[in-house]
Amino acid sequence: MTAPLLEVRDLGIAIGALDVVRGVDLSLGRGKTLGLVGESGCGKSITMLAIMGLLSEHVRVTGSIRLSGDELVGKPQSALAELRGKRMAMIFQDPMTSLNPVMTVGEQLGEAIAIHQPRMKRQARQARALDLLRLVAIPFPDRRLLQYPHELSGGMRQRVMIAIAMANDPELLIADEPTTALDVTVQAQIMELLQRLQAERHMGMLLISHDLGVVGDIADEVAIMYAGRICERGSVDAVFDSPHHPYTHGLLASLPQIDRTVGKLASIPGALPSLASRPQGCRFHPRCFHAQETCRREEPQLRPVASGAVAACHFAEIAVPSRKAEEVA
Amino acid sequence: MTRYIVRRLLSLPLLLLGIVSLAFLISHATQGDPLASIVSERQMDNPEVVAAAKARWGLDKSLPEQYFIYIRNLLSGDLGTSFRTKQPVAQDLLERLPATLELVIAAMLLGSTTGIVLGVLAARFRDRVIDHAARLWALIGSSTPVFWSGLIFLYIFSVVLGWLPGPGRLDARATPPEGLTGFLTIDALLIGDMGLFWDALHHLMLPALVLGWTVMGIVSRLVRASMLDVLSQDYITAARARGAGEVRVLLNHALRNALVPTLTIIGFTFAYLITGAVLTEAIFSWTGIGSYAVDAARSLDYPAIMGVTIVGGAAFLLTNLATDIAYAFADPRIRLS
Repeated sequence: MTAPLLEVRDLGIAIGALDVVRGVDLSLGRGKTLGLVGESGCGKSITMLAIMGLLSEHVRVTGSIRLSGDELVGKPQSALAELRGKRMAMIFQDPMTSLNPVMTVGEQLGEAIAIHQPRMKRQARQARALDLLRLVAIPFPDRRLLQYPHELSGGMRQRVMIAIAMANDPELLIADEPTTALDVTVQAQIMELLQRLQAERHMGMLLISHDLGVVGDIADEVAIMYAGRICERGSVDAVFDSPHHPYTHGLLASLPQIDRTVGKLASIPGALPSLASRPQGCRFHPRCFHAQETCRREEPQLRPVASGAVAACHFAEIAVPSRKAEEVA
Repeated sequence: MTRYIVRRLLSLPLLLLGIVSLAFLISHATQGDPLASIVSERQMDNPEVVAAAKARWGLDKSLPEQYFIYIRNLLSGDLGTSFRTKQPVAQDLLERLPATLELVIAAMLLGSTTGIVLGVLAARFRDRVIDHAARLWALIGSSTPVFWSGLIFLYIFSVVLGWLPGPGRLDARATPPEGLTGFLTIDALLIGDMGLFWDALHHLMLPALVLGWTVMGIVSRLVRASMLDVLSQDYITAARARGAGEVRVLLNHALRNALVPTLTIIGFTFAYLITGAVLTEAIFSWTGIGSYAVDAARSLDYPAIMGVTIVGGAAFLLTNLATDIAYAFADPRIRLS
């Protein structure tokens, strides 16, 4: 059996004495999409940065991150830089701030190409940059090459970021909330573009989002993260149809649904605990409607549940009423 | 852009007129008698001599009259005659300005480049030994008075080690070429006299080093701060994410952005030093504008004071304009209009 495109095992991220992320397992196959969902501050973004090897030296990363079987944890920065932009690429949340303001679009695209294909001639590079802009459907691509980021709209900038990410045909694309900062109408276009590129290039995509709707639409697998841990992971169908973790359930219940009239949208009471004051036992128990004595003492581990997913809840089987059952009733 | 520059240049004379008028008022409002430097002490008791001197230099006229005469002459390009040197002020300034410019430009080049290098290194190796050393060196540079560091440098490099010559712009036996730019290093190259060039360069080194150290202190601290700010920006992470190595991230991405705020301080320091390098000039017997300004002020040499004010004011206004233009080139988001 060949190794999966990306395999994360027991990933731990700590800054000083603070445990930011612990025991994270993820797996992503070629051409597949894995959605990573959670509230702001739950550790999604730092997990992505760890995969890219972009965390500062003060941050301690433990566990294993393998890209097509190649271990990334502990690799020297120079070796990681070789992989970044070539085999794995990343697009960021805010396209307004992720392009260098004093470099033209063409310079930044050209750079992305030149770093990994240093022998390519200037003219070939220009042509390639133009192709990339066409690939992401930017109108008037030849004019855009000479423009600076501030002359483009948010959606256009995100397209440029995607073009830069595509420059060397990466196997893995990490998209960190790629549409959060964009207008609603543009969001859909960008997601469509990402889906199309992924299908055309058979790329694995790791999509971080707090938008369950988007993840449900385009991901194959989903992992729900809460306070630095994975609380439920499985196929989108399994997790969305019958969530077994009360947090997943709460997230799904808080989604507005167009075919159902509800008086008031459900919400999860309380807030994500801060890094320094994470509760003992199950990290979710202070906000959980089903919390028992056990939950306060023992931290639940991920274990298989009826849907075929894995969930980290002591009462996964009984705590959550099935959504299907709810709908029937 | 061109329209902007033209407009700024057109407003220059008006601003200068304001500066000149203020300087005129302030200098004439000071307690003191400029006659003390015109008429010898013994003659001061002789009313005829005093009256003649007053009439000769126009000091018998009322203040508004003096002012309008000065402005009228100024408009025809006449800066007046110095009470002290008895030479046209314009000629005095032209003799001394190149010396100051040569010193200040050399100091700025030295100070800015080393300051930028140190600032980048300090930011890259934040809180490490390099950072602490660079910051300490910069702090010493910007806080050590020039009259002290100048003497120490002279003592070490000139007296003890004998590597560099003492004060002055040239060896006492050398004669500077005349009628050229007044920048001795450049003039020496123009007439092709390499011996003279090295002599001038050696004389320039110590004062430029002393003055440049101050500049370096200011520049490196600013570069460090703005580099740290820029290095935490998303586009730096994005550059790393596309595989950019450390050097490329630092120079192509971070420094280009960090230099934008640095331009302001470099421009300001340059303008300031045109008249502010006086201590360095004094210690190194550098016959520049700064020492001329001090002599003029001490003897209430009105025309000379005004002349220096015009040079200093023009230096500030022109560097400001140059800084603004440089800004527009460095940061494409800035539009001059």
